[in-house]
Amino acid sequence: MIKQIAFIIVTLLAAAVFAYSVSIIVKNVKLLKKAYPINQHSKRFKLLLEIGLGQNKIMRLPIIGFLHALVFWGFLMILFGSAEMMIDGLLGTERILTFLGPVYDIFMAMGDISAYVIGILIIIFLFRRIFLHIKRFGGVEMTHKNHVDANFALSLILLLMVSLATMNIGYIKSTDAIEGIYPISSIIANMLSGSHETMHIMYEASWWTHIVLIFFFANYLPYSKHFHVFMSLPNVYISRLTPYTQMTNMDSVTTEVKLMMDPNQAFAAQAEGEEEEEIARFGMKDVEDGTWKMYLDSLTCTQCGRCTSVCPANQTGKLLSPRKVVKNFRERMNEKTPGLRKDKSYDDNKSLLNDYITPEELWACTTCNACVQECPVNIDHPPIILEMRRYIFMEESAAPSLLNSMSTNIENNGAPWQYPPTDRLKWADDLSININE
Amino acid sequence: MAVKNIKVRTMAELTAEGKKAEYLFWVGSAGSYDDRAKKISRAFVKILEYCYIDYAVLGEEETDTGDSAKRAGNEFLFQMQAMQNIETMNMYEVKKIITCDPHDYNTIKNEYPELGGNYEITHHTQFINELIKTGKLKVDDKIFTGKTITFHDPCYLGRGNGEYDAPRNVLNSLNGNIVEMHRNKSRALCCGAGGAQMFKEAEKGDMEVFELRTMDAIEVKPDIIATACPFCMTMLTDGVKLKEKEDSIRVLDIAEIIVESLGI
Repeated sequence: MIKQIAFIIVTLLAAAVFAYSVSIIVKNVKLLKKAYPINQHSKRFKLLLEIGLGQNKIMRLPIIGFLHALVFWGFLMILFGSAEMMIDGLLGTERILTFLGPVYDIFMAMGDISAYVIGILIIIFLFRRIFLHIKRFGGVEMTHKNHVDANFALSLILLLMVSLATMNIGYIKSTDAIEGIYPISSIIANMLSGSHETMHIMYEASWWTHIVLIFFFANYLPYSKHFHVFMSLPNVYISRLTPYTQMTNMDSVTTEVKLMMDPNQAFAAQAEGEEEEEIARFGMKDVEDGTWKMYLDSLTCTQCGRCTSVCPANQTGKLLSPRKVVKNFRERMNEKTPGLRKDKSYDDNKSLLNDYITPEELWACTTCNACVQECPVNIDHPPIILEMRRYIFMEESAAPSLLNSMSTNIENNGAPWQYPPTDRLKWADDLSININE
Repeated sequence: MAVKNIKVRTMAELTAEGKKAEYLFWVGSAGSYDDRAKKISRAFVKILEYCYIDYAVLGEEETDTGDSAKRAGNEFLFQMQAMQNIETMNMYEVKKIITCDPHDYNTIKNEYPELGGNYEITHHTQFINELIKTGKLKVDDKIFTGKTITFHDPCYLGRGNGEYDAPRNVLNSLNGNIVEMHRNKSRALCCGAGGAQMFKEAEKGDMEVFELRTMDAIEVKPDIIATACPFCMTMLTDGVKLKEKEDSIRVLDIAEIIVESLGI
């Protein structure tokens, strides 16, 4: 009974903190612009199966990708046991799901094996991060704090796995009628000696440690790059479904261009105009000009660096790093949204453009979409870059001079070069073909 | 063998004669004005003529699609260009388009519909592939026997629009030795020209993107680097020159390779 009350209090506390974190995110999303409607659910569900459950994009790097997939699948297996622990804790029951019989046995067995597999893999990952020089974990945007965050998250997972293992071992050694199957823990339990009582204490202590760690982990995540544990699957589901190289149409511009091309429509449009939303600015200068997709992408990013490692600009020594762009978006959101949530016109005399991301970075992008292709969780980097280019071009008129010349040429000659439109068919002069008679 | 002169007809000319063409050949700015890309346009037209395809061009009525302007951030200019082109094409009731430029392919296919331009557009590698598949074009290749050819995927054709097979199928119809670079298809490295980079100086770095990509190609010791985009053509040609390999490596468009093989 005391255990049950204690558990309910701890759970409520953890849930309250988590709900607060989520409410902040929801408020932040509401500060941003719309991206696209979430329709075509069957297509999205398929993505969820392939990229999410199937982990097919992360396996583009086969070895480390497969190891990550093992961790992910293992997590899913362990989730069953965690759910049971939650229900047991809240209802004061003992292993409430045992009525599932063989299904229960299978899940517990898979969960037990997963605990050890994930534990070992996490040790490998930590070793890799700390001792091996993995190029994509480096880069200008990766601070000491980011590395600590990564190692801390991994260590928490390791502790979760260790507590799960000791819990299973303690359970086996202190129980006569064991429910469920625990293949690896049973072997270890057989090798251990220890009194029934000691083992029961170990079981109880591990049970509490495990559950408290879950609560702590869940509440740490919203402030960590490891938030991808929660965000990845939803983010895959809300992926942009249009071809990678399709850039969004600016409807506000369409209205104006149509007016320019057909002045007769001006009157009709004026009447409609009253209902139109006020356009703050063209393109993106700061985060509030961005979309909810950019924000959710930034929350999903776990800084694996696959995007940056395939970026042609980054590989040839340019400043651009797609990971930095996404990371900067989240950092700027964290900095500015506390003010924005109180006052929509809040201004701290800083902006995402210039203070976080420089024009030099933005102008290095070739829009090749290798970053998007490589991201295991379908983060869409180019829109952030291109929206900021739009701001630079249309609001600041500060594009590189050669791009201004290109624009002028297109305006005057209908081609990016300085050739007269009357020469457009010159390529076809004196053309002939050899044919068999 | 006989030499037949080709007169490329415009939609305006055909309309004046009360005729219509099945396909619009969208030449694009690069294909119209860039000296190297003009040769691609010429090669492709030879294939169209060789297969008796009913096509026409817009000629002086064609204007830049606005792809580069859009990617540079100039949405106004892009939409003005787009609407002008859409108006022209809709006036001629254009239904089917073929182009040699993956950027224009992407723009017309994906970005024109929202502005009122709905067409069935085919990239020339897809078109040639269909000609071969349906038997309208028979390649009995003797020219490329034993030649090593590697294909560079244009980003806007491959990653952008998922077309990796058509250009490879066309190359496989030859007797050449087709080899892949270590990064290919969805992993292919960009040539460095997309997103309006073609028209500006590269940002500061250790090297140019086209140099790195050319190094990828040189690694497989090709006789020919094949590509299917006028921008990639410029970049890789520059790369081969930079690496002083222009005597041993030729950079050719898929259309040019087919024309050479056919001897037309």
